Amino acid sequence: MDCVRLEYDVDGENFASAGNASESVKRTLKQLGVSPASVRRVAIAMYEGEINMVIHAHGGKAIAEIYPDHIGIYLKDSGPGIADIDLAMKAGYSTATENIRSLGFGAGMGLPNMKKYSDEMTIDSTVGVGTTVYLRIDF
Amino acid sequence: MTIADVVKLLDAEILCGEDHLDTEIHTACGSDMMSDVLAYVKDQSVLLTGLLNPQVVRTAEMMDMLCIVFVRGKRPEPAVVELAKDKGIVLLSTEKRLFVACGILYTNGLGG
Repeated sequence: MDCVRLEYDVDGENFASAGNASESVKRTLKQLGVSPASVRRVAIAMYEGEINMVIHAHGGKAIAEIYPDHIGIYLKDSGPGIADIDLAMKAGYSTATENIRSLGFGAGMGLPNMKKYSDEMTIDSTVGVGTTVYLRIDF
Repeated sequence: MTIADVVKLLDAEILCGEDHLDTEIHTACGSDMMSDVLAYVKDQSVLLTGLLNPQVVRTAEMMDMLCIVFVRGKRPEPAVVELAKDKGIVLLSTEKRLFVACGILYTNGLGG
């Protein structure tokens, strides 16, 4: 099936620009006439993922594939990887530094929140190699 | 109430978004932790915070919020104001502290 495919470089060195990809996807979905409730779920889930890539993994690539009835989002990084995915999924668990917390993030809510707002989420991670998160959100 | 009412009640300075002061708002939230705003907030249209970085504006944008109130007399960098202008989000600054600012808005009818 044809889809609209968007690809972004997420700059891991620039905290200020984190969110650019999510905003672009949000704008595109609005233009395509996707319901505001679905647009917001996508925006929040993808933004949390984008922030994670910047604060934990020195950035990476974000790919969005928009179909008539859902969106698939791939967030790929070459960061440190996640040693214990079950633990990382626990609300409140975070490896973020005090510096990250002073920026308003690192409460350990990112991954649980991404799961909450998506219909499907898979995490493929290898320590020392990187992490790919897939999110599917139905419209 | 409208955003203009918030300006009056909090004796706030308008940093940008003068064109949107007539917008009706019904609910607000107060937090310095954007992670928690993204996790717990639902349909709130005003964010009160002491945090000043650009991700406050991004968080508000993702949540479809209309107005951010910086408390404790804080003012963000011009780049943050520009970002908010670009998104059509109203930025206000008040000398009041977070607890007091939230309390004033709540007692005047703004919900949580």
